[in-house]
Amino acid sequence: MSGTSYDQIDVDHHVKIYLRVFAALAVLTVITVAVAELHLAPGWAIALALTIATVKGSLVACYFMHLISEKKLIYALLILAALFFLFELILPFVTENNSLHQIL
Amino acid sequence: MATPTVVPIDKIIPHTVKPREDTGLNNVKIGIWLFLASEVMLFGGLFASYILLRVGADRWPRGEEYLSIPWATANTLILIASSVTMVMAWASCIRKDFGKYRLYMGLTVLGGLGFMIIKYIEYTSKFHHGYFPSTNTFLAVYFTLTGLHALHVLSGMIVNLYFWGPGAKMWHTEHERFTNRVETAGLFWHFVDLVWIFLFPILYLL
Amino acid sequence: MAESEHHDHDHHHEELGFWRKYVFSTDHKVIGIQYAVTGMLFLFFGFCLMMLMRWQLAFPGEPVPLLGKLFPRGLPGGVMLPEFYNELGAMHGTIMVFMGIVPLAVGGFGNFVLPLQIGAPDMAFPRLNMMSYQSFLIGGLIMFGSFFLPEGAAQSGWTSYPPLADIAPSGQTAWLIGMVFLITSSLLGAINFLVTTIQLRADGLSFFRLPFFCWAQFVTSFLLLLAFPPLEAAAFMQLMDRVAGTSFFLPSGLVVSGQALEVSGGGSPILWQHLFWFLAHPEVYVLILPAFGIVAEIIANNTRKPLWGYKSMVYSLIVLGFLSFVVWAHHMFLTGMGTTMSAFFQTTTMMISIPSVIILTALILSLWGGSIRFTTPMLFALGFLPMFGIGGLTGLPLGLTAPDIHLHDTYYVIGHFHYVVAPGTIFALFAGIYYWYPKVTGRHMSEFWGKVHFWPSFVLMNLIFFPMLIQGMAGMSRRMYDGGATYAHNEGVLYLNKVISFAAWGLALAQIPFILNLFLSLRKPKTASANPWRATTIEWAAPSPPGHGNFTRPVAAYRGPYEYSVPGESEDFTPQFEPAKAPVAAH
Repeated sequence: MSGTSYDQIDVDHHVKIYLRVFAALAVLTVITVAVAELHLAPGWAIALALTIATVKGSLVACYFMHLISEKKLIYALLILAALFFLFELILPFVTENNSLHQIL
Repeated sequence: MATPTVVPIDKIIPHTVKPREDTGLNNVKIGIWLFLASEVMLFGGLFASYILLRVGADRWPRGEEYLSIPWATANTLILIASSVTMVMAWASCIRKDFGKYRLYMGLTVLGGLGFMIIKYIEYTSKFHHGYFPSTNTFLAVYFTLTGLHALHVLSGMIVNLYFWGPGAKMWHTEHERFTNRVETAGLFWHFVDLVWIFLFPILYLL
Repeated sequence: MAESEHHDHDHHHEELGFWRKYVFSTDHKVIGIQYAVTGMLFLFFGFCLMMLMRWQLAFPGEPVPLLGKLFPRGLPGGVMLPEFYNELGAMHGTIMVFMGIVPLAVGGFGNFVLPLQIGAPDMAFPRLNMMSYQSFLIGGLIMFGSFFLPEGAAQSGWTSYPPLADIAPSGQTAWLIGMVFLITSSLLGAINFLVTTIQLRADGLSFFRLPFFCWAQFVTSFLLLLAFPPLEAAAFMQLMDRVAGTSFFLPSGLVVSGQALEVSGGGSPILWQHLFWFLAHPEVYVLILPAFGIVAEIIANNTRKPLWGYKSMVYSLIVLGFLSFVVWAHHMFLTGMGTTMSAFFQTTTMMISIPSVIILTALILSLWGGSIRFTTPMLFALGFLPMFGIGGLTGLPLGLTAPDIHLHDTYYVIGHFHYVVAPGTIFALFAGIYYWYPKVTGRHMSEFWGKVHFWPSFVLMNLIFFPMLIQGMAGMSRRMYDGGATYAHNEGVLYLNKVISFAAWGLALAQIPFILNLFLSLRKPKTASANPWRATTIEWAAPSPPGHGNFTRPVAAYRGPYEYSVPGESEDFTPQFEPAKAPVAAH
């Protein structure tokens, strides 16, 4: 949002979006819990739960944190962080198991 | 110098409020995102440990064996709601409606408080059942991750409380700067919410 | 560029009280000096720990002369206890890396020089900067204070490997808490450096007009920002292991001193190594990149030539930064990881040597055809080049899995990384101190005593670390309390222990001219001009020493950072901050 003068921001429009995002997040939370009650096979359960969490996280990041309309520099920074985050998450695990097949 | 009037250093540092032309951003905005990037790496380290320990374990309990899903669901909804009130507080800054700002910021702090109370209830009930961090690796991960997250909630609450109370003086003196500050505090608060969105399924549901 | 908020520096000369001016200062120059002085004190302290260890290695089991009364806990009757030896070793590493070199190279030089070089009035977040120093100081004091705990300081090496670290005496808890403060300090500092570099550059100072030193600090800050948090996470987990009885790093069925350990188990000691080295390999580059930056500045200035291949050096820095995150497991080849992954890490390790070699080669080629001024800073910078070269090249065998089986955990490793950081980075830091001293104090250090400092240091550094390479290749293990005398295969190289020890004590004597020079020069009159080295970068536009707000007039960059010996110019240097002399149509 920075860079834009605050007078130019259509706040009412923003507020409408916030409320819709809130509704979506609430619904998705209920869905996550409901899916967990189904006791799916572990692989599917993990995939589904993490997908829903990612969707929810993206909604928060895009709309509440305004990433949907952010400056290039912030995107570059986050891509860098995301890259190292992936290294951090995957490599120790892969190193211990000596192959990527075990996660894929 | 005849009158030693101390000029705050903020006044001579460029781009504390107004964005720089080529980046389109002010200093605080970049600063908070850099901080959040480092937070991503902090929680990333813990998530990586969780994956490594879980894969290496003979048996890994489902969250519901130890934890209460209803309480956690309630907490998720509370935290999401407090994120909404946080953006509404920011929107009230732009609308220049001080009363609404106070209301929404207050609600945000209360949301954090509600989250912490439920967390307290959860923790004490675990202790009553004899579940401690030393009981097994699952509970060790649970207490460490939620404990660190709760510390973040607490620090977010302190910052928000400051901007609700004494920090709000700046509303009248430097309104744009104050709006930036609320936005920055908001970014941190939403990040804390975002981490919880991942912690909830990982610890309670899987 | 919007520089309108940036005006009238003369108005800001306010008088502050003693506490605000020297202790709780938000001025980047004061904070830089605080960092540098504290860092140098810790370097000296860490060096003293090492000199004590060298006694035990040269004369195992013989009472240390004079010092027995001073340390009744660790040296009863003057004879060193094995536990105390371990404390000295662990704390030497921790202090040198986290409380000596990083605070001096990044906190000290970065804080003082970076804002000046980019033409900024201060750091972007001055109060955060102050908190960063204070957090560092608290962490440092906790570490230092841990020596006075009843069971002494941490004993588990600077790497704090579990499971030993998990069950070690209380000093380890102090180590972990101290580390959390040091990490916090680095994070705050890194954010500040990055925002300052991105946002506060003067008009016309595009990224490819930044001096190489700024680039080095910029990449270093990214490493600190993104590599330290995993160690923070690991420190929390080890703290939980020690305080709350969890088993993050304790496997099931652990037996200590013949007794089964009563823990839930199920943890992984290797997990710590992953998280630790995920930090600590980038940390190696945190130690070396600022040194590259300092040396590049000094070489360009003293050869009176532009840096050879400035752009390739910058790209190499960026590539180094990236690759440093994917090489960490080369510290762990012997943990039993599979061949596929060791091949991966071996490959990335060979790849990362390429940008380092490019930077070193560019620096050496910069000397070609220059009219070199052999000033004291230049001598140290020139000393850095071959020393870092040896340090880097001796690393290659360690990065290949086959020779690493033989060399792992021997004195060869110690020789290798000390060549990088001791005659490497520390020489660069000395060079930087001699180079920027006039800017910091307005006075010159003595060139003569500088040279008296340089030559013995150069010779003795090599006498210390080269024999270690030989000892290591002979198979002598590191961290041996008796200097390796237990094992018959070390017999042929044991005499080197004495050589190294005497060289180390001699090195301490060789620092006396430096210490005297540093302090006695403060009593000289302030004769340094704004630009005593006839340099081109923007920090030399400010007065020596710079006042509050740094510059007496608005500064801007009109050209690249190293315009030395430009044909057709009357002087052999054309500063970045001087407008073009040709008549300008505007006005």
